[in-house]
Amino acid sequence: MGRRAPYWLALPGWIWLGIFLVVPIAAMASVSLTTGNLIDGFAQTLSVSNYSDAIAKYSTQLVRSLVYGGVATLLMLLLGYPVAYWIAFKGGSRKSMYLFLLLLPFFVSFVLRTISWGFLLADDGILFGTLKGWGLLPADFHVLATTVAVIGGLVYNFLPFMILPIYVALERVDPRVVEAAYDLYASRLDAFRRVVLPLSLPGVFAGVLMTFVPATADPVNAAVLGGTGNTMIGNIIQTEYLVNSNYPTASALSFTLMAVLLIGIFIYARTLGTDNVLEAAAR
Amino acid sequence: MRIRTGDRLLHWYTWLIIGWLSLPIAVMIVFGFNDKKSKSNTSWQGFTLKWYQQLFEIQGLTQALINSIIIAVVSTILATTLGTLLGLAVGRYRFRGKGLTNFLIFAAISTPELVMGASLLSLFVSANAPRGHITIIIAHTLFSLAFVVVTVRARVVVLDPSLEEAARDLGAGTWETFRLVTLPSIMPGVAAGAMLAFALSIDDYVVTSFVNGSDLTFPLWIIGSVKVGIPAQVNVMGTLIFALGALVAVANSVAARRRAAR
Repeated sequence: MGRRAPYWLALPGWIWLGIFLVVPIAAMASVSLTTGNLIDGFAQTLSVSNYSDAIAKYSTQLVRSLVYGGVATLLMLLLGYPVAYWIAFKGGSRKSMYLFLLLLPFFVSFVLRTISWGFLLADDGILFGTLKGWGLLPADFHVLATTVAVIGGLVYNFLPFMILPIYVALERVDPRVVEAAYDLYASRLDAFRRVVLPLSLPGVFAGVLMTFVPATADPVNAAVLGGTGNTMIGNIIQTEYLVNSNYPTASALSFTLMAVLLIGIFIYARTLGTDNVLEAAAR
Repeated sequence: MRIRTGDRLLHWYTWLIIGWLSLPIAVMIVFGFNDKKSKSNTSWQGFTLKWYQQLFEIQGLTQALINSIIIAVVSTILATTLGTLLGLAVGRYRFRGKGLTNFLIFAAISTPELVMGASLLSLFVSANAPRGHITIIIAHTLFSLAFVVVTVRARVVVLDPSLEEAARDLGAGTWETFRLVTLPSIMPGVAAGAMLAFALSIDDYVVTSFVNGSDLTFPLWIIGSVKVGIPAQVNVMGTLIFALGALVAVANSVAARRRAAR
Protein backbone atom coordinates (compact mmCIF):
# COMPACT_ATOMS: atom_id res chain seq x y z
CA MET A 1 0.00 0.00 0.00
CA GLY A 2 2.01 2.95 1.28
CA ARG A 3 2.03 6.02 -0.90
CA ARG A 4 -0.33 4.61 -3.47
CA ALA A 5 -3.00 3.87 -0.85
CA PRO A 6 -5.18 6.95 -1.48
CA TYR A 7 -5.28 6.21 -5.21
CA TRP A 8 -6.43 2.64 -4.66
CA LEU A 9 -9.06 3.80 -2.19
CA ALA A 10 -10.34 6.53 -4.49
CA LEU A 11 -10.20 4.56 -7.73
CA PRO A 12 -13.62 2.81 -7.63
CA GLY A 13 -15.35 6.06 -6.63
CA TRP A 14 -13.53 7.98 -9.37
CA ILE A 15 -14.60 5.45 -11.96
CA TRP A 16 -18.23 5.69 -10.87
CA LEU A 17 -18.26 9.49 -10.72
CA GLY A 18 -16.37 9.70 -14.00
CA ILE A 19 -18.57 7.37 -16.02
CA PHE A 20 -21.92 8.33 -14.53
CA LEU A 21 -21.49 12.02 -13.65
CA VAL A 22 -18.80 13.60 -15.82
CA VAL A 23 -19.38 11.65 -19.03
CA PRO A 24 -23.20 12.06 -18.96
CA ILE A 25 -22.96 15.80 -18.46
CA ALA A 26 -20.51 15.95 -21.36
CA ALA A 27 -22.86 13.74 -23.38
CA MET A 28 -25.72 16.09 -22.57
CA ALA A 29 -23.63 19.07 -23.66
CA SER A 30 -22.96 17.30 -26.93
CA VAL A 31 -26.61 16.32 -27.45
CA SER A 32 -27.69 19.91 -26.78
CA LEU A 33 -25.77 20.98 -29.90
CA THR A 34 -27.31 18.41 -32.25
CA THR A 35 -30.25 18.73 -34.60
CA GLY A 36 -32.66 16.10 -35.79
CA ASN A 37 -35.48 14.00 -34.42
CA LEU A 38 -36.05 10.58 -32.94
CA ILE A 39 -37.02 8.90 -36.22
CA ASP A 40 -34.33 10.24 -38.53
CA GLY A 41 -31.70 10.34 -35.81
CA PHE A 42 -29.74 13.23 -34.37
CA ALA A 43 -26.72 14.72 -36.09
CA GLN A 44 -24.00 16.73 -34.42
CA THR A 45 -24.16 20.19 -36.03
CA LEU A 46 -22.72 22.26 -33.18
CA SER A 47 -25.72 24.52 -33.51
CA VAL A 48 -26.56 26.75 -30.59
CA SER A 49 -30.03 27.31 -31.99
CA ASN A 50 -31.40 24.72 -29.55
CA TYR A 51 -30.53 27.10 -26.76
CA SER A 52 -32.03 30.21 -28.29
CA ASP A 53 -35.13 28.29 -29.41
CA ALA A 54 -35.61 26.61 -26.04
CA ILE A 55 -35.15 29.84 -24.10
CA ALA A 56 -37.47 31.73 -26.41
CA LYS A 57 -40.10 29.03 -26.16
CA TYR A 58 -39.93 28.39 -22.44
CA SER A 59 -38.74 31.67 -20.92
CA THR A 60 -42.07 32.00 -19.08
CA GLN A 61 -41.59 28.70 -17.27
CA LEU A 62 -37.91 29.41 -16.61
CA VAL A 63 -38.62 32.78 -15.03
CA ARG A 64 -41.60 31.35 -13.17
CA SER A 65 -39.41 28.59 -11.68
CA LEU A 66 -36.81 31.09 -10.51
CA VAL A 67 -39.50 33.30 -8.97
CA TYR A 68 -41.27 30.37 -7.25
CA GLY A 69 -37.95 28.96 -6.04
CA GLY A 70 -36.79 32.38 -4.82
CA VAL A 71 -40.04 33.25 -3.02
CA ALA A 72 -40.19 29.77 -1.46
CA THR A 73 -36.57 30.08 -0.26
CA LEU A 74 -37.23 33.49 1.26
CA LEU A 75 -40.33 32.18 3.03
CA MET A 76 -38.38 29.19 4.33
CA LEU A 77 -35.72 31.50 5.72
CA LEU A 78 -38.30 33.69 7.47
CA LEU A 79 -40.30 30.73 8.79
CA GLY A 80 -37.34 28.52 9.64
CA TYR A 81 -34.91 30.91 11.32
CA PRO A 82 -37.01 31.44 14.49
CA VAL A 83 -37.46 27.68 14.86
CA ALA A 84 -33.71 27.03 14.55
CA TYR A 85 -33.05 29.90 16.97
CA TRP A 86 -35.46 28.65 19.60
CA ILE A 87 -34.23 25.05 19.45
CA ALA A 88 -30.56 26.06 19.55
CA PHE A 89 -30.83 28.50 22.46
CA LYS A 90 -33.89 27.37 24.40
CA GLY A 91 -34.23 23.72 23.48
CA GLY A 92 -32.17 22.65 26.49
CA SER A 93 -32.05 18.91 27.00
CA ARG A 94 -34.88 18.35 24.53
CA LYS A 95 -33.02 19.67 21.48
CA SER A 96 -32.71 16.28 19.85
CA MET A 97 -36.41 15.57 20.42
CA TYR A 98 -37.38 18.77 18.57
CA LEU A 99 -35.02 17.95 15.72
CA PHE A 100 -36.44 14.44 15.55
CA LEU A 101 -39.98 15.81 15.32
CA LEU A 102 -38.94 18.19 12.55
CA LEU A 103 -37.46 15.32 10.58
CA LEU A 104 -40.28 12.86 11.27
CA PRO A 105 -42.18 13.70 8.03
CA PHE A 106 -39.13 12.55 6.06
CA PHE A 107 -39.99 8.98 6.87
CA VAL A 108 -42.80 9.41 4.38
CA SER A 109 -41.93 9.53 0.72
CA PHE A 110 -41.60 13.02 -0.79
CA VAL A 111 -44.18 12.17 -3.45
CA LEU A 112 -46.65 10.84 -0.91
CA ARG A 113 -46.29 13.91 1.33
CA THR A 114 -47.01 16.18 -1.61
CA ILE A 115 -50.05 14.12 -2.59
CA SER A 116 -51.24 14.25 1.00
CA TRP A 117 -51.26 18.04 0.67
CA GLY A 118 -53.36 17.54 -2.42
CA PHE A 119 -55.89 15.60 -0.28
CA LEU A 120 -55.87 18.33 2.35
CA LEU A 121 -56.27 21.21 -0.06
CA ALA A 122 -58.82 19.51 -2.33
CA ASP A 123 -61.82 21.73 -3.08
CA ASP A 124 -64.23 19.31 -1.39
CA GLY A 125 -61.61 17.80 0.93
CA ILE A 126 -61.65 17.53 4.71
CA LEU A 127 -60.45 21.10 5.21
CA PHE A 128 -62.21 23.28 2.67
CA GLY A 129 -65.12 20.89 2.12
CA THR A 130 -65.96 21.09 5.82
CA LEU A 131 -65.52 24.86 6.01
CA LYS A 132 -67.70 25.27 2.93
CA GLY A 133 -70.29 22.99 4.48
CA TRP A 134 -70.44 25.30 7.47
CA GLY A 135 -70.78 28.29 5.17
CA LEU A 136 -67.50 29.78 6.35
CA LEU A 137 -66.03 29.81 2.86
CA PRO A 138 -67.65 30.68 -0.47
CA ALA A 139 -68.46 27.61 -2.58
CA ASP A 140 -66.04 28.60 -5.35
CA PHE A 141 -63.07 29.06 -2.99
CA HIS A 142 -60.10 26.97 -3.97
CA VAL A 143 -56.37 26.72 -3.27
CA LEU A 144 -55.41 23.64 -5.25
CA ALA A 145 -54.12 24.46 -8.75
CA THR A 146 -52.97 27.95 -7.71
CA THR A 147 -49.58 29.57 -7.26
CA VAL A 148 -50.15 29.60 -3.50
CA ALA A 149 -50.48 25.81 -3.44
CA VAL A 150 -47.26 25.27 -5.41
CA ILE A 151 -45.13 27.69 -3.37
CA GLY A 152 -46.71 26.39 -0.16
CA GLY A 153 -45.83 22.85 -1.20
CA LEU A 154 -42.22 23.81 -1.95
CA VAL A 155 -41.89 25.55 1.43
CA TYR A 156 -43.40 22.55 3.17
CA ASN A 157 -41.19 20.00 1.45
CA PHE A 158 -37.84 21.75 1.86
CA LEU A 159 -38.25 23.69 5.15
CA PRO A 160 -36.27 21.22 7.31
CA PHE A 161 -33.30 21.62 4.94
CA MET A 162 -33.32 25.32 5.82
CA ILE A 163 -33.78 24.82 9.57
CA LEU A 164 -31.05 22.22 10.07
CA PRO A 165 -27.97 24.12 8.80
CA ILE A 166 -29.08 27.30 10.58
CA TYR A 167 -29.55 25.28 13.75
CA VAL A 168 -26.06 23.79 13.41
CA ALA A 169 -24.54 27.27 13.03
CA LEU A 170 -26.52 28.72 15.96
CA GLU A 171 -25.75 25.74 18.17
CA ARG A 172 -22.05 26.56 17.87
CA VAL A 173 -22.55 30.14 19.10
CA ASP A 174 -21.09 30.39 22.59
CA PRO A 175 -23.83 31.78 24.90
CA ARG A 176 -21.13 33.66 26.78
CA VAL A 177 -20.49 35.79 23.68
CA VAL A 178 -24.14 36.84 23.71
CA GLU A 179 -23.97 37.51 27.47
CA ALA A 180 -20.90 39.65 26.90
CA ALA A 181 -22.93 41.74 24.46
CA TYR A 182 -25.61 42.25 27.14
CA ASP A 183 -22.94 43.16 29.69
CA LEU A 184 -21.75 45.81 27.26
CA TYR A 185 -25.28 47.26 27.27
CA ALA A 186 -26.46 45.84 23.96
CA SER A 187 -30.24 45.64 23.72
CA ARG A 188 -31.82 42.29 22.85
CA LEU A 189 -32.23 43.42 19.27
CA ASP A 190 -28.65 44.74 19.04
CA ALA A 191 -27.23 41.54 20.45
CA PHE A 192 -29.15 39.57 17.87
CA ARG A 193 -28.40 41.85 14.94
CA ARG A 194 -24.70 42.36 15.65
CA VAL A 195 -23.64 39.13 17.34
CA VAL A 196 -25.97 36.18 16.75
CA LEU A 197 -27.03 36.92 13.17
CA PRO A 198 -23.51 37.38 11.74
CA LEU A 199 -22.37 34.18 13.45
CA SER A 200 -25.28 32.26 11.91
CA LEU A 201 -24.67 33.46 8.34
CA PRO A 202 -22.71 30.35 7.25
CA GLY A 203 -25.77 28.30 8.26
CA VAL A 204 -28.08 30.63 6.35
CA PHE A 205 -25.81 30.32 3.32
CA ALA A 206 -25.86 26.53 3.45
CA GLY A 207 -29.61 26.50 4.06
CA VAL A 208 -30.35 28.71 1.06
CA LEU A 209 -28.09 26.57 -1.12
CA MET A 210 -29.78 23.37 0.04
CA THR A 211 -33.28 24.69 -0.63
CA PHE A 212 -33.13 27.08 -3.58
CA VAL A 213 -31.63 24.63 -6.08
CA PRO A 214 -34.01 21.71 -5.46
CA ALA A 215 -37.04 23.99 -5.07
CA THR A 216 -36.39 25.75 -8.38
CA ALA A 217 -35.81 22.52 -10.28
CA ASP A 218 -38.61 20.53 -8.61
CA PRO A 219 -41.26 19.10 -10.95
CA VAL A 220 -43.36 17.28 -8.33
CA ASN A 221 -45.08 20.13 -6.50
CA ALA A 222 -46.10 21.87 -9.70
CA ALA A 223 -47.40 18.61 -11.18
CA VAL A 224 -49.38 17.52 -8.12
CA LEU A 225 -50.53 20.85 -6.65
CA GLY A 226 -50.23 23.28 -9.54
CA GLY A 227 -52.74 22.47 -12.25
CA THR A 228 -52.19 23.76 -15.76
CA GLY A 229 -51.19 27.38 -15.17
CA ASN A 230 -48.22 26.73 -12.90
CA THR A 231 -45.95 24.54 -15.02
CA MET A 232 -42.33 24.86 -13.94
CA ILE A 233 -39.16 24.25 -15.91
CA GLY A 234 -38.77 20.82 -14.30
CA ASN A 235 -42.06 19.67 -15.81
CA ILE A 236 -41.04 20.99 -19.24
CA ILE A 237 -37.70 19.17 -19.16
CA GLN A 238 -39.43 15.94 -18.10
CA THR A 239 -42.00 16.23 -20.87
CA GLU A 240 -39.46 17.13 -23.55
CA TYR A 241 -37.29 14.17 -22.56
CA LEU A 242 -39.79 11.49 -21.71
CA VAL A 243 -42.89 12.30 -23.74
CA ASN A 244 -41.63 14.19 -26.79
CA SER A 245 -38.18 12.52 -26.91
CA ASN A 246 -36.93 15.92 -28.05
CA TYR A 247 -33.45 15.31 -26.65
CA PRO A 248 -31.63 18.36 -28.11
CA THR A 249 -34.13 20.87 -26.73
CA ALA A 250 -34.38 19.06 -23.41
CA SER A 251 -30.59 18.94 -23.03
CA ALA A 252 -30.29 22.62 -23.90
CA LEU A 253 -32.96 23.43 -21.30
CA SER A 254 -31.25 21.32 -18.61
CA PHE A 255 -27.98 23.07 -19.30
CA THR A 256 -29.58 26.49 -19.23
CA LEU A 257 -31.20 25.66 -15.89
CA MET A 258 -27.93 24.46 -14.43
CA ALA A 259 -26.05 27.51 -15.74
CA VAL A 260 -28.64 29.92 -14.34
CA LEU A 261 -28.54 28.19 -10.94
CA LEU A 262 -24.72 28.16 -10.86
CA ILE A 263 -24.50 31.83 -11.80
CA GLY A 264 -27.10 32.60 -9.16
CA ILE A 265 -25.09 30.73 -6.52
CA PHE A 266 -21.89 32.56 -7.45
CA ILE A 267 -23.51 36.01 -7.37
CA TYR A 268 -25.11 35.12 -4.07
CA ALA A 269 -21.77 33.91 -2.64
CA ARG A 270 -20.06 37.12 -3.81
CA THR A 271 -22.63 39.41 -2.22
CA LEU A 272 -22.39 37.49 1.03
CA GLY A 273 -18.63 37.95 0.89
CA THR A 274 -17.84 34.27 0.62
CA ASP A 275 -14.93 34.02 -1.79
CA ASN A 276 -14.87 30.29 -2.07
CA VAL A 277 -18.26 28.72 -2.69
CA LEU A 278 -16.90 25.22 -2.41
CA GLU A 279 -15.38 25.90 0.95
CA ALA A 280 -18.52 27.51 2.27
CA ALA A 281 -20.63 24.62 1.07
CA ALA A 282 -18.27 22.06 2.54
CA ARG A 283 -18.36 23.65 5.96
CA MET B 1 -41.01 39.55 31.96
CA ARG B 2 -40.96 40.72 28.33
CA ILE B 3 -38.19 38.27 27.58
CA ARG B 4 -40.22 35.34 28.87
CA THR B 5 -43.22 36.31 26.73
CA GLY B 6 -41.01 36.34 23.63
CA ASP B 7 -39.59 32.94 24.45
CA ARG B 8 -43.02 31.49 25.06
CA LEU B 9 -44.25 32.81 21.74
CA LEU B 10 -41.26 31.21 20.00
CA HIS B 11 -41.93 27.96 21.82
CA TRP B 12 -45.54 27.89 20.59
CA TYR B 13 -44.39 28.89 17.14
CA THR B 14 -41.93 25.95 17.01
CA TRP B 15 -44.73 23.57 17.92
CA LEU B 16 -46.95 25.20 15.28
CA ILE B 17 -44.32 24.50 12.60
CA ILE B 18 -43.89 20.92 13.83
CA GLY B 19 -47.67 20.51 13.68
CA TRP B 20 -47.80 21.92 10.17
CA LEU B 21 -45.03 19.57 9.01
CA SER B 22 -46.83 16.58 10.54
CA LEU B 23 -50.31 17.43 9.25
CA PRO B 24 -50.11 15.64 5.87
CA ILE B 25 -48.60 12.59 7.59
CA ALA B 26 -51.54 12.46 9.99
CA VAL B 27 -53.93 12.74 7.05
CA MET B 28 -52.13 9.91 5.24
CA ILE B 29 -52.34 7.63 8.29
CA VAL B 30 -55.99 8.41 9.06
CA PHE B 31 -57.15 7.89 5.48
CA GLY B 32 -55.54 4.47 5.43
CA PHE B 33 -58.46 3.53 7.71
CA ASN B 34 -61.09 5.24 5.56
CA ASP B 35 -63.91 3.01 4.33
CA LYS B 36 -64.07 4.80 1.00
CA LYS B 37 -66.41 3.60 -1.73
CA SER B 38 -65.28 5.68 -4.70
CA LYS B 39 -61.87 6.18 -6.32
CA SER B 40 -61.19 9.45 -4.56
CA ASN B 41 -60.05 9.38 -0.96
CA THR B 42 -60.77 12.91 0.21
CA SER B 43 -63.76 12.59 2.54
CA TRP B 44 -64.17 10.43 5.64
CA GLN B 45 -66.65 7.57 5.23
CA GLY B 46 -66.13 5.44 8.31
CA PHE B 47 -63.48 3.24 9.92
CA THR B 48 -62.22 0.04 8.33
CA LEU B 49 -59.22 -2.26 8.48
CA LYS B 50 -59.87 -3.78 5.08
CA TRP B 51 -57.03 -1.94 3.33
CA TYR B 52 -54.63 -3.52 5.80
CA GLN B 53 -56.08 -6.96 5.02
CA GLN B 54 -55.94 -6.32 1.26
CA LEU B 55 -52.51 -4.67 1.46
CA PHE B 56 -50.90 -6.68 -1.34
CA GLU B 57 -53.96 -7.12 -3.57
CA ILE B 58 -52.88 -4.53 -6.13
CA GLN B 59 -50.25 -6.39 -8.09
CA GLY B 60 -48.59 -3.41 -9.77
CA LEU B 61 -48.25 -1.55 -6.49
CA THR B 62 -46.79 -4.54 -4.66
CA GLN B 63 -44.32 -5.11 -7.49
CA ALA B 64 -43.32 -1.42 -7.41
CA LEU B 65 -42.68 -1.64 -3.66
CA ILE B 66 -40.58 -4.78 -4.12
CA ASN B 67 -38.63 -3.06 -6.91
CA SER B 68 -38.00 -0.07 -4.64
CA ILE B 69 -36.70 -2.26 -1.83
CA ILE B 70 -34.40 -4.30 -4.09
CA ILE B 71 -33.01 -1.15 -5.72
CA ALA B 72 -32.52 0.56 -2.36
CA VAL B 73 -30.68 -2.43 -0.86
CA VAL B 74 -28.33 -2.93 -3.81
CA SER B 75 -27.58 0.76 -4.34
CA THR B 76 -27.01 1.25 -0.60
CA ILE B 77 -24.43 -1.55 -0.53
CA LEU B 78 -22.66 -0.16 -3.61
CA ALA B 79 -22.77 3.47 -2.49
CA THR B 80 -21.62 2.64 1.05
CA THR B 81 -18.66 0.60 -0.20
CA LEU B 82 -17.48 3.12 -2.81
CA GLY B 83 -18.26 6.10 -0.58
CA THR B 84 -16.43 4.72 2.45
CA LEU B 85 -13.26 4.07 0.43
CA LEU B 86 -13.44 7.50 -1.17
CA GLY B 87 -14.19 9.11 2.20
CA LEU B 88 -11.10 7.43 3.69
CA ALA B 89 -8.97 8.69 0.80
CA VAL B 90 -10.05 12.34 1.00
CA GLY B 91 -10.36 12.38 4.80
CA ARG B 92 -6.94 11.00 5.59
CA TYR B 93 -4.47 11.49 2.76
CA ARG B 94 -2.97 14.35 0.82
CA PHE B 95 -2.67 13.30 -2.78
CA ARG B 96 -2.67 14.66 -6.28
CA GLY B 97 -6.26 14.95 -7.46
CA LYS B 98 -7.71 15.48 -4.01
CA GLY B 99 -9.04 18.92 -4.93
CA LEU B 100 -10.64 17.52 -8.06
CA THR B 101 -12.14 14.65 -6.05
CA ASN B 102 -13.67 17.08 -3.56
CA PHE B 103 -15.04 19.10 -6.46
CA LEU B 104 -16.64 15.99 -8.00
CA ILE B 105 -18.27 15.14 -4.67
CA PHE B 106 -19.59 18.68 -4.34
CA ALA B 107 -20.83 18.52 -7.94
CA ALA B 108 -22.61 15.21 -7.30
CA ILE B 109 -24.44 16.71 -4.32
CA SER B 110 -25.29 20.07 -5.85
CA THR B 111 -26.28 19.04 -9.37
CA PRO B 112 -30.07 19.39 -9.52
CA GLU B 113 -31.68 15.94 -9.55
CA LEU B 114 -33.40 16.86 -12.76
CA VAL B 115 -30.10 17.54 -14.53
CA MET B 116 -28.56 14.37 -13.11
CA GLY B 117 -31.48 12.28 -14.36
CA ALA B 118 -31.53 13.97 -17.75
CA SER B 119 -27.79 13.61 -18.28
CA LEU B 120 -27.85 9.92 -17.31
CA LEU B 121 -30.66 9.38 -19.78
CA SER B 122 -28.54 11.11 -22.44
CA LEU B 123 -25.73 8.66 -21.69
CA PHE B 124 -27.97 5.59 -21.71
CA VAL B 125 -29.65 6.70 -24.94
CA SER B 126 -26.29 7.35 -26.64
CA ALA B 127 -24.98 3.99 -25.43
CA ASN B 128 -28.20 2.26 -26.47
CA ALA B 129 -28.44 0.76 -22.99
CA PRO B 130 -31.82 -0.73 -22.05
CA ARG B 131 -33.37 1.10 -19.10
CA GLY B 132 -34.60 -0.74 -16.03
CA HIS B 133 -33.47 -1.96 -12.61
CA ILE B 134 -29.79 -1.72 -13.48
CA THR B 135 -29.87 1.86 -14.73
CA ILE B 136 -31.93 2.90 -11.69
CA ILE B 137 -29.37 1.26 -9.38
CA ILE B 138 -26.54 3.06 -11.20
CA ALA B 139 -28.27 6.41 -10.76
CA HIS B 140 -29.15 5.87 -7.09
CA THR B 141 -25.61 4.74 -6.30
CA LEU B 142 -24.33 7.92 -7.94
CA PHE B 143 -26.31 10.39 -5.83
CA SER B 144 -26.03 8.39 -2.58
CA LEU B 145 -22.28 7.86 -2.94
CA ALA B 146 -21.45 11.53 -2.42
CA PHE B 147 -23.50 11.70 0.78
CA VAL B 148 -21.71 8.62 2.16
CA VAL B 149 -18.36 10.28 1.40
CA VAL B 150 -19.41 13.36 3.38
CA THR B 151 -20.55 11.44 6.48
CA VAL B 152 -17.52 9.11 6.43
CA ARG B 153 -15.05 11.95 5.84
CA ALA B 154 -16.43 13.82 8.85
CA ARG B 155 -15.59 10.78 10.95
CA VAL B 156 -12.19 10.10 9.39
CA VAL B 157 -10.79 13.59 9.97
CA VAL B 158 -11.30 13.32 13.74
CA LEU B 159 -9.75 9.84 13.86
CA ASP B 160 -6.57 9.61 15.93
CA PRO B 161 -3.79 8.24 13.64
CA SER B 162 -1.79 6.98 16.64
CA LEU B 163 -4.41 4.24 17.17
CA GLU B 164 -3.55 2.69 13.82
CA GLU B 165 0.16 3.14 14.43
CA ALA B 166 -0.23 1.31 17.73
CA ALA B 167 -2.02 -1.55 15.97
CA ARG B 168 0.79 -1.83 13.43
CA ASP B 169 3.41 -1.68 16.18
CA LEU B 170 1.63 -4.60 17.80
CA GLY B 171 2.06 -6.58 14.61
CA ALA B 172 -1.26 -6.08 12.81
CA GLY B 173 -1.12 -6.14 8.99
CA THR B 174 -2.78 -3.54 6.73
CA TRP B 175 -6.03 -5.50 6.43
CA GLU B 176 -6.15 -6.40 10.12
CA THR B 177 -5.54 -2.78 11.11
CA PHE B 178 -8.35 -1.69 8.82
CA ARG B 179 -10.79 -4.37 9.99
CA LEU B 180 -10.04 -4.20 13.72
CA VAL B 181 -9.17 -0.55 14.27
CA THR B 182 -10.07 1.79 11.41
CA LEU B 183 -13.46 0.36 10.44
CA PRO B 184 -14.91 0.15 13.98
CA SER B 185 -13.92 3.75 14.71
CA ILE B 186 -15.47 5.14 11.52
CA MET B 187 -18.49 2.83 11.76
CA PRO B 188 -20.94 5.49 13.02
CA GLY B 189 -20.15 7.55 9.90
CA VAL B 190 -20.51 4.52 7.64
CA ALA B 191 -23.82 3.55 9.25
CA ALA B 192 -25.18 7.08 8.99
CA GLY B 193 -24.13 7.21 5.34
CA ALA B 194 -25.77 3.85 4.62
CA MET B 195 -29.04 4.92 6.24
CA LEU B 196 -28.99 8.15 4.28
CA ALA B 197 -28.31 6.25 1.07
CA PHE B 198 -31.22 3.88 1.71
CA ALA B 199 -33.59 6.74 2.54
CA LEU B 200 -32.55 8.74 -0.55
CA SER B 201 -32.97 5.72 -2.81
CA ILE B 202 -36.37 4.57 -1.58
CA ASP B 203 -37.70 8.14 -1.73
CA ASP B 204 -36.35 9.20 -5.10
CA TYR B 205 -38.74 10.19 -7.83
CA VAL B 206 -37.06 12.76 -10.09
CA VAL B 207 -33.87 10.95 -11.14
CA THR B 208 -35.69 7.61 -11.36
CA SER B 209 -38.34 9.04 -13.66
CA PHE B 210 -35.66 9.55 -16.32
CA VAL B 211 -33.84 6.24 -16.17
CA ASN B 212 -36.56 3.72 -15.24
CA GLY B 213 -37.56 2.55 -18.72
CA SER B 214 -40.77 0.66 -18.01
CA ASP B 215 -39.87 -0.53 -14.48
CA LEU B 216 -41.80 1.27 -11.76
CA THR B 217 -40.69 2.09 -8.23
CA PHE B 218 -43.02 2.93 -5.34
CA PRO B 219 -42.92 6.74 -5.83
CA LEU B 220 -43.31 6.39 -9.61
CA TRP B 221 -46.31 4.10 -9.26
CA ILE B 222 -47.97 6.59 -6.90
CA ILE B 223 -47.43 9.57 -9.22
CA GLY B 224 -48.74 7.46 -12.10
CA SER B 225 -51.99 6.80 -10.26
CA VAL B 226 -52.69 10.37 -9.13
CA LYS B 227 -55.02 11.06 -12.04
CA VAL B 228 -57.08 7.89 -11.63
CA GLY B 229 -57.24 8.10 -7.82
CA ILE B 230 -54.78 6.77 -5.27
CA PRO B 231 -55.84 3.46 -3.71
CA ALA B 232 -55.95 3.41 0.10
CA GLN B 233 -53.27 0.67 0.11
CA VAL B 234 -50.79 3.43 -0.73
CA ASN B 235 -51.71 5.17 2.54
CA VAL B 236 -51.27 1.90 4.42
CA MET B 237 -47.85 1.22 2.90
CA GLY B 238 -46.81 4.81 3.59
CA THR B 239 -47.96 4.38 7.20
CA LEU B 240 -46.06 1.13 7.66
CA ILE B 241 -42.84 2.52 6.13
CA PHE B 242 -43.22 5.61 8.31
CA ALA B 243 -43.71 3.52 11.47
CA LEU B 244 -40.73 1.32 10.64
CA GLY B 245 -38.45 4.30 9.89
CA ALA B 246 -39.47 6.13 13.04
CA LEU B 247 -38.99 2.97 15.11
CA VAL B 248 -35.48 2.39 13.75
CA ALA B 249 -34.57 6.03 14.41
CA VAL B 250 -35.86 5.90 17.99
CA ALA B 251 -34.10 2.60 18.68
CA ASN B 252 -30.93 4.05 17.21
CA SER B 253 -31.00 7.14 19.40
CA VAL B 254 -31.80 5.09 22.52
CA ALA B 255 -28.84 2.82 21.76
CA ALA B 256 -26.59 5.83 21.20
CA ARG B 257 -27.69 7.35 24.50
CA ARG B 258 -26.98 4.10 26.29
CA ARG B 259 -23.50 3.92 24.76
CA ALA B 260 -22.87 7.51 25.82
CA ALA B 261 -24.04 6.77 29.38
CA ARG B 262 -21.68 3.85 29.70
